[in-house]
Amino acid sequence: MLRRIIILMAGMAAGLPAAAQDAPAAAGQKPASVVHAAVLRVDRPTLPPISRLDTRPADLGFAGARLAIGDNDTTGRFMGQDFDAQEITATPETAAAEMDKLLAQGVPFIVVLADDATTLQLADQAGDRALLFNAHARGDNLRGTDCRANTIHTAPSQAMLTDALAQFLMWKKWPKWFLIAGSHPDDIALAEAYRRSATKFGAKIVETRTYEDTGGSRRSDSGYVQVQQQMPVFTQSAPEHDVVIAADENGVFADWLPYETWDARPVAGSAGLVPHAWSPTLEAWGALQFQNRFEKLAGRPMRDDDYQTWVALRMLGEAATRTQSTDAAKLRDFMLSDKFEVAGFKGQKLTIRDWDHQLRQPILLSTAAVTASVSPQDQYLHQTSALDTLGIDRPETQCKF
Amino acid sequence: MKAKTAILTSALCLGMALPAAANRVFVSNEKGNDVTVLDSDTLEVIGTYPVGARPRGITISPDGKELYVCTSDDDLVRVFDPQTMQELHTLPSGPDPELFVLHPSGNPLYIANEDDNLVTVVDTKTHKVLAEIPVGVEPEGMGVSPDGKVVINTSETTNMAHFINTETYEIFGNVLVDSRPRFAQYNDQGTKLYVSAEIGGTVSVIHPENQTIEKKISFEIPGVLPEAIQPVGIRITKDGKKVYVALGPANRVAVINGETDEVEDYLLVGQRVWQMAFTPDEKYLFTTNGNSNDVSVIDVASDKVIKSVPVGQQPWGVVVAPN
Repeated sequence: MLRRIIILMAGMAAGLPAAAQDAPAAAGQKPASVVHAAVLRVDRPTLPPISRLDTRPADLGFAGARLAIGDNDTTGRFMGQDFDAQEITATPETAAAEMDKLLAQGVPFIVVLADDATTLQLADQAGDRALLFNAHARGDNLRGTDCRANTIHTAPSQAMLTDALAQFLMWKKWPKWFLIAGSHPDDIALAEAYRRSATKFGAKIVETRTYEDTGGSRRSDSGYVQVQQQMPVFTQSAPEHDVVIAADENGVFADWLPYETWDARPVAGSAGLVPHAWSPTLEAWGALQFQNRFEKLAGRPMRDDDYQTWVALRMLGEAATRTQSTDAAKLRDFMLSDKFEVAGFKGQKLTIRDWDHQLRQPILLSTAAVTASVSPQDQYLHQTSALDTLGIDRPETQCKF
Repeated sequence: MKAKTAILTSALCLGMALPAAANRVFVSNEKGNDVTVLDSDTLEVIGTYPVGARPRGITISPDGKELYVCTSDDDLVRVFDPQTMQELHTLPSGPDPELFVLHPSGNPLYIANEDDNLVTVVDTKTHKVLAEIPVGVEPEGMGVSPDGKVVINTSETTNMAHFINTETYEIFGNVLVDSRPRFAQYNDQGTKLYVSAEIGGTVSVIHPENQTIEKKISFEIPGVLPEAIQPVGIRITKDGKKVYVALGPANRVAVINGETDEVEDYLLVGQRVWQMAFTPDEKYLFTTNGNSNDVSVIDVASDKVIKSVPVGQQPWGVVVAPN
């Protein structure tokens, strides 16, 4: 005898008041109240990536959203709460119109996967009509001079990622860095973040070299034949260094660096040992189960954008559980309060910095095969949270809401 | 071959060492895919036996005749003869079984299916699934009331302790606790339910009758980062007076006064201490230390760590035979 018992709305023992707060249920329907959200992904046409393994999945980010909504709904059964997230794909040209539609529908929470400039435009467009979650853009300006009170950043900033790598390299006693940066504005910003991290942790950048994106094919049948000749020459005659750091936000050259450098040095940054919000190699802290659940759902490994989207929507679920409410203003206030924390399979609670609305989180340092380390490194202490050794701390923030 | 030698060794040990007090201690090694068996008297390893893929939860029948192991990646519970370590049969467990608890009578078995948000109830005699109960996301901790009327499941991402009626299989209460609840343990008096929260860093003491949180125990250890204090396994002496909580990467076991629910001591054990088990006479408490691949032995009367014994790869769960 197999009995499967579905219990809807078992009710919180703590005395949760009847759940229907804003959804007058039609007779016979589940009287759950709903938290509405949307995921707006703005795709820019790009060349194929260097590695076929990095080909962009069509459901990038959305798959993370689906897992989060499933998780929230499972918990919601016990709370009388329901969650949904529309999935919208846009181009830079149509993003504003899509945002308008969402705002017109009154969707109060919008996860945005877009480049720095578009993210900022969308935040300004939304104003006080919606709370945005930035689940992709890493620009430090978005957390600094261009910060917006209506945006929570679940994506780590460039400064967090470069600090995470810097701590590890200093722990390794590899303080001399040969920095190779791409020519795009976000590469230049990333190189600047590495310079800042070097100063912060006492490393020395012995030379910065620019790898111009001349728009050629990144991958072709004879790709390596050319690269095997060009990369050693390109990296020749650098001052003595411990490690090569690649700052390549657009995947133009970094993946070709390991094993092709003139000097026998390891590569880190945008290739080799890479700082990530998430890596499919992580197993600790219950991550194995999380990876399994995601892979079962999406049929592929989880990427940073999926994780960052998952966290954003899980934050909503967690806020709804803890406040026992689906009221958008209440959820927003709770998420931005010092009482808020969320678990994210990284071994400690994740919280929000009140000075720039950046999610505090450990950063994984991963190769293609393993997570080699996780920062912050134990040796770097902080008076409030070791996580604040990563990125822009309260005293140095330029953000004013 | 290995097993045979081990049994001989064990027989020898038993023959030489005097009283019948020795019990077998079974440790599941998550990455080693095996179980290490120790002698609770000599504290020596008797042998190591393959048990299947990713063994985690481990328990034994009240009569000591059946050893149950959650082999998570086999999607099965495997049942072994604790003396010979030969597999007797398997039980259907649902996908990815992680932890389970036996009804005090020895039947049925309540299994948390971590990947599928279910608790599966299995009859240990007929080997049939009796029920599948949908619970929160990532069910893990399983506890049972001393009278066997209530089973508790904790769901790690939903952050609740679900109260399940063992007759109707219905959830009749949900208590919201701190982040990532890992383990649920009643005291033998049935007056308190302790639920650990790994990421929240707390243990909630819940009143089982009215399902309210009476107290939240938090932990503070000089020289240990607060983030490293992650409560997992809980064991309580039969008189309910001492509560032991494994604190994961803090590498400590907290000793809590079961009357006041105040922390009285921290015992330094191996790295990433996970689950624990008493000997039946409560002389010793064994802890599994996942990152140092050993078991620490705590002398319960003095609260001293007296020995660490190397076991297999990433020890996860531990159970001591009742006889």
